[in-house]
Amino acid sequence: MSEHEYVPKSKAAKWFNDRLPLLTLGAHLTDYPTPKNLNYWWTFGGILTFCLITQIVTGIVLAMHYVAHADLAFGSVEHIMRNVNYGWLIRYIHSNGASMFFLAVYIHIFRSLFYGSYKSPREIIWILGLLIYLLMMAAAFLGYVLPWGQMSFWGATVITNLFSAIPLVGESITTWLWGAYSVDNPTLNRFFSLHYLFPFLILGLVVLHIWALHIPGNNNPVGIDIKKPSKDTVPFHPYITIKDAFALLMFMIIFAGFVFFSPNILGHSDNYIPANPLVTPAHIVPEWYLLPFYAILRSVPDKLGGVILMFSAIFILFVLPWLDTSKVRSAVFRPIYRQFFWILVIDVLMLGYVGAMPAEGVYLVLARVGTIYYFLHFIVVMPVVGYLEKTDPIPMSISEPVITGGAEPSLARKLNEKV
Amino acid sequence: MKKFNTIINNIITILFLTTGSLHSAETTDPIKVDWSFKGITGTFDRASLQRGFQVYKEVCSSCHSMQYLSYRNLGEPGGPEFTEAEVKAIAASFEVTDGPDNQGEMFTRPGRPSDIFVSPHPNKEAAAAANGGAYPPDMSVLVKARKGGANYIYSVLVGYEDPPPDVKLDQGVYYNKYMIGNKIKMPNNLVDGLVEYADGTESTVDQMAKDVTTFLAWAAEPELEERHRTGVKVIIYLILLTILVYLSMKKIWSRIDTEV
Repeated sequence: MSEHEYVPKSKAAKWFNDRLPLLTLGAHLTDYPTPKNLNYWWTFGGILTFCLITQIVTGIVLAMHYVAHADLAFGSVEHIMRNVNYGWLIRYIHSNGASMFFLAVYIHIFRSLFYGSYKSPREIIWILGLLIYLLMMAAAFLGYVLPWGQMSFWGATVITNLFSAIPLVGESITTWLWGAYSVDNPTLNRFFSLHYLFPFLILGLVVLHIWALHIPGNNNPVGIDIKKPSKDTVPFHPYITIKDAFALLMFMIIFAGFVFFSPNILGHSDNYIPANPLVTPAHIVPEWYLLPFYAILRSVPDKLGGVILMFSAIFILFVLPWLDTSKVRSAVFRPIYRQFFWILVIDVLMLGYVGAMPAEGVYLVLARVGTIYYFLHFIVVMPVVGYLEKTDPIPMSISEPVITGGAEPSLARKLNEKV
Repeated sequence: MKKFNTIINNIITILFLTTGSLHSAETTDPIKVDWSFKGITGTFDRASLQRGFQVYKEVCSSCHSMQYLSYRNLGEPGGPEFTEAEVKAIAASFEVTDGPDNQGEMFTRPGRPSDIFVSPHPNKEAAAAANGGAYPPDMSVLVKARKGGANYIYSVLVGYEDPPPDVKLDQGVYYNKYMIGNKIKMPNNLVDGLVEYADGTESTVDQMAKDVTTFLAWAAEPELEERHRTGVKVIIYLILLTILVYLSMKKIWSRIDTEV
């Protein structure tokens, strides 16, 4: 994407680069022209990369000490906590790291929703991102099963049983997933294997996600196409690297707060009770980051219907770029859509809350209302608002905030000189 | 940390506009105790841990196992910190089954610091059979395995009462106002003066309940003191680094006309 061709300085570097252009790639990454008006919501891509690497590194160390066996798994986790040097730290980083990963990914996704980053020409980036998100949920679910506590076991039972809702072949598929006639040792073994595999699949998709991003370049808060490189852009290094580093450090402070001072607050106390197939916990709840989908699942009285709706809630996001009819990307200039955006945020938070509550009474009503609104937002609000809405005037560039059909160009220049 | 938890709870409450309790109406909320190990600089009360171990050893351990602890843990920093000689003596006071020897026979020998805590029963089934069908849970991580943590454990220990007239209890079931459902199969084992504390502390029910709960809190999180200490250092380091990076960022971005 670099506009100018990179030429290595030394002969040896040139020899190498002619055969494998890693240096060209490096130069591209450092020079990569980035909109200079990116705000802090744009720092979560870097933060997510950090989260992934952290999970992989801590996970590899944990796997050196963990034993994937129904009789030994719980004890091996306690062994890590008590006898492995800094095992408690590594495990708490890994378990809280999953939560921090999802916190960051949700901010990242809603950032994209607000600024229209999924819109043309960035549809493939968006779809790759959703695939990453799907794999993240799968990896997190698999990982939560590994300590083989009560919530591990019963969570695995509930989720794998969802597949039994599939007509005709459902029961067979569930048995095939378990490798047994219930969640048992074979299930734990394959879950461990897959839990180790998925992060590397995610890593591969992340490379594609970034590659796809570097074709059109970043969207930006104004949401307009910009010329690259130009007055509107800065080289990725050092401008964006230092800003990402600053944001990452702030994120790490919160992360460390959880790890060192409240490492179990995001988990469920029942998972410190060893798995017992004969005792069902009073309330089976997934981890907080899956709760909105759990609420959607339980809002439907029919099992198959619930499963279909839950998966639809994610798959509908794949066609989002084509459901959104607006010609304007950024919600900054979309006064009506902007309000619906915040209603959606509240709706998803509410679904998360009722997902943690028993599926009865007022919670069930809220879950149903929330579910209906969730789908309405994407199927009705997005196409209709995009079509009808009168958007605010849009600047022609980032540096020169000339409003189309608006303010006088000379005024804009004057304002610019002041800055 | 209590403050941090409160803030998080408040955020959750405000976000979801709820004040409703998740508990069933009949169960009383646990008593809130001002534990020394709470807060971001919290540490365990060494003397209380040692007394708590004594209560565990003389009372609880006749039914409850603690299979993830070893006697050596009792001498490690951040715990009861018994001396090496004391740990050896404690370990040696237990009979450990070892083997097989070169004749293929199992044999017993006095415990060593490296041994795990001897369990009162050979297996879960035997433990349940000896306790009217209710398995006394392993106490290694009990404080982490109960909602309410140390407060809950302490509350249950002091929460035995005569049942209200409308509550009928079966043989071997006791009434406890903090237990979920109010029915517990563990009898009230603590009576004033039950153990004779080596340090001369008066062994009231409340004192013993606090001491043994402190001991169990340590058993569940033996890393707590190191975790708190490290955490304070890590966060101070991160804040300083954040300030430096912020200043560098300001300097770098001052080259162009955009605010950062």
